[in-house]
Amino acid sequence: MSQIDEFRTSTRAWLEENCPGGARGSGQIPWGSSSIELEPDVRLWLQRMSERGWTVPTWPREYGGAALSRDEYTVLIDELKRINARTPLTGRGVNYIGPTILELGSDDQKTRWLPGIARGEGGWAMGYSEPGAGSDLASLSCRAELQGDHYLLNGRKTWTSDAMDCDYIFVLVRTSPDKPKHEGISLVLVDMSQAGVQVRPIRLLSGASPFNETLFEDALARADDVIGGVDNGWTVGKRLLQFERSTHAGINISGSQGGRVVESHMPETIKRYAPMSAGRITDPVIRARLIRFEQNGHAQRLTQKRVIEELEARAPGYASSAVKLSGALHTQEGDEMLLAAMGTGGIGSETEATRAWLRQKALTIAGGTKEVQLNIIAKRVLGLPD
Amino acid sequence: MQFSFSDDQEQFRSVIQRFLTDKSPTTEVRRLMETPEGYDPAVWKQLSEELALPGIHIPEAYGGAGFGPVELGIVMEEFGRSLLCAPFFSTSVLAAHAILNAADEAQKADLLPDLASGQRTAALAVTEPNGRWDALGIELTATAAEHGEFLLKGTKSFVVDGNTADLLIVAARSPTSTGDDGVSLFAIPGGATGIDRRLLESMDATRKISLIEFDNARAQLLGKLGAGAPALSRTMDQAAIALANEMIGGAQALMDSAVDYAKLRMQFGRTIGSFQAIKHKCADMLLEVELAKSAVYYAAQAAADNDPELPALASLAKASAADAYINTAATCIQLHGGIGFTWDHDTHLWFKRAKSSEVFLGDPSYHRELYMQRIAA
Repeated sequence: MSQIDEFRTSTRAWLEENCPGGARGSGQIPWGSSSIELEPDVRLWLQRMSERGWTVPTWPREYGGAALSRDEYTVLIDELKRINARTPLTGRGVNYIGPTILELGSDDQKTRWLPGIARGEGGWAMGYSEPGAGSDLASLSCRAELQGDHYLLNGRKTWTSDAMDCDYIFVLVRTSPDKPKHEGISLVLVDMSQAGVQVRPIRLLSGASPFNETLFEDALARADDVIGGVDNGWTVGKRLLQFERSTHAGINISGSQGGRVVESHMPETIKRYAPMSAGRITDPVIRARLIRFEQNGHAQRLTQKRVIEELEARAPGYASSAVKLSGALHTQEGDEMLLAAMGTGGIGSETEATRAWLRQKALTIAGGTKEVQLNIIAKRVLGLPD
Repeated sequence: MQFSFSDDQEQFRSVIQRFLTDKSPTTEVRRLMETPEGYDPAVWKQLSEELALPGIHIPEAYGGAGFGPVELGIVMEEFGRSLLCAPFFSTSVLAAHAILNAADEAQKADLLPDLASGQRTAALAVTEPNGRWDALGIELTATAAEHGEFLLKGTKSFVVDGNTADLLIVAARSPTSTGDDGVSLFAIPGGATGIDRRLLESMDATRKISLIEFDNARAQLLGKLGAGAPALSRTMDQAAIALANEMIGGAQALMDSAVDYAKLRMQFGRTIGSFQAIKHKCADMLLEVELAKSAVYYAAQAAADNDPELPALASLAKASAADAYINTAATCIQLHGGIGFTWDHDTHLWFKRAKSSEVFLGDPSYHRELYMQRIAA
């Protein structure tokens, strides 16, 4: 038996024995927040998996991972999916800031932050966009001034998803206002449980409020919590964005669940709503649209698989923009199609389909708009000039 | 299932690329597309003798190189990129697969070595004037005659390289049979008595298609009588995957051409590639081509692994590649502006190949329907 086959066998046995029933199927997935109570089985699953280093399987052992190779990681993901086990931990900690610290942080930062992130101790918010800095992120103005061994932060961040339940926030701040705009930015970690950090909800078009504005008024951050060097935040922050996009794209194997491909249930879902005759959808337009959707979705899933196979490093670079964008467009097409199939029923907002249609309008905006992704692909992949 | 390429496979690809850069510049494509044969026998001889390509996927027992669908896919992708004019798709993909799927051992040993070595060319005649690609469209009849031979009567159309093929593999049915029943494959020399071949004018002059009339032409049955439908269906799937590989090679060539042009062409004092309207078109092309590549490479690997999902994956690959190719071709013309729709500019060569490939072996709607039926099954 080859080494990888042995790994599969032992992994399968361990998962069967250690994955509690309450961590299988759909349900709660922890993302680190200390203000969200975990169900007993979910807590147990997180604890068992993190002890084994399998919440962040490819990270080094000393930082809470299991040092799995890409192939071993793929096997683990396969085996989790096989028993329908939920991922033990997700969120911006294990998927965005963790991989960034691992790649660009100092040894001290890795030691102080990564093991806790790997155990799901603390939920992370993302302090990037500002009211005046959206797609033109580098024009951000949130300031950080060095005062001894601390920075004092002042400014406003917006679209900070989940901030009301977060314990920490990584923030892009301006540390050198006199330098050119890309050269005076730093990425710093901030504890949110202090008076200088205030969170105000923003209500979205879906009616829900998972978004916020986060205000900093003389908020404190440790000077040694600037990641990747002072005034190097544009480079560090862009790398973090690649981890974000590759997470959205399902290909971030430096995180907790990259490569976990979600199969399509659209045919069954559509059939619940669309008029049928003898097992066939009778509306030829919906039927043709569904078939094309399935074709595209299958190609999308195969592309995720291919990108992971072709990765030379542990995390993808610009491919993440392409896969993230095509995935977002595909999901939105599914939402539109489903609502079209529902006809008048689609305006009732009691169904998950309608809520998803509203909520997922964000997919071509959050994490960099569709237009920004196309610009990145054109510039970085195809080499087109500014 | 692993579907990215190994170092050896990448090396194989670069050998083919070097050969094609030398032998198939578009000046050659343009010269050959004006000839009735549509290929250069000297180049065919070279790619047979120096690179052993015609038998790349044919087992060694039958004189081939013994590689599989992935290597065949690499060859097709590069041929598609360079628009090589050669009887490869007809001989090696369509006819050789049909023989491998339908013939008995003795027939394979008899027919395949000459195809593998490039000594003889061959064509597969399935489609009739009704334009269908499945067994249901077959009307040409085969009637038993003396010496175990059969008499073919009827008309085949859109036969790739049918006018030049030394050997024809013909799909026919027993008189009075219907549907998949009674379908068999037959072999007959291209110049046999009772065969009348006429080159059809095609919008895509880089791929020669012919109308072939059979008037009681004497043919040899391949395999068992009436057992041809599954063999034909499998051949169509394998050929669809190979053609899909050719299509993504062509799509990549067009995308490269459009992007290169966008970097060079100056208007309003700047390169047009600096405009977002152009950039976004280019990025959209990349998304579509890359998604199609995933479907196509995966299907080739599925063919190599004899995956039970092969039929569904073949249809997925064919539909995805066809969409990507035709859309990329249209965008490439658009990005080139006025020069893009001139005869002298090369884009139309690929544009026409994209269109002929889109309908060849069944158009995207046909394959999407098959895909849906095949994954639901």
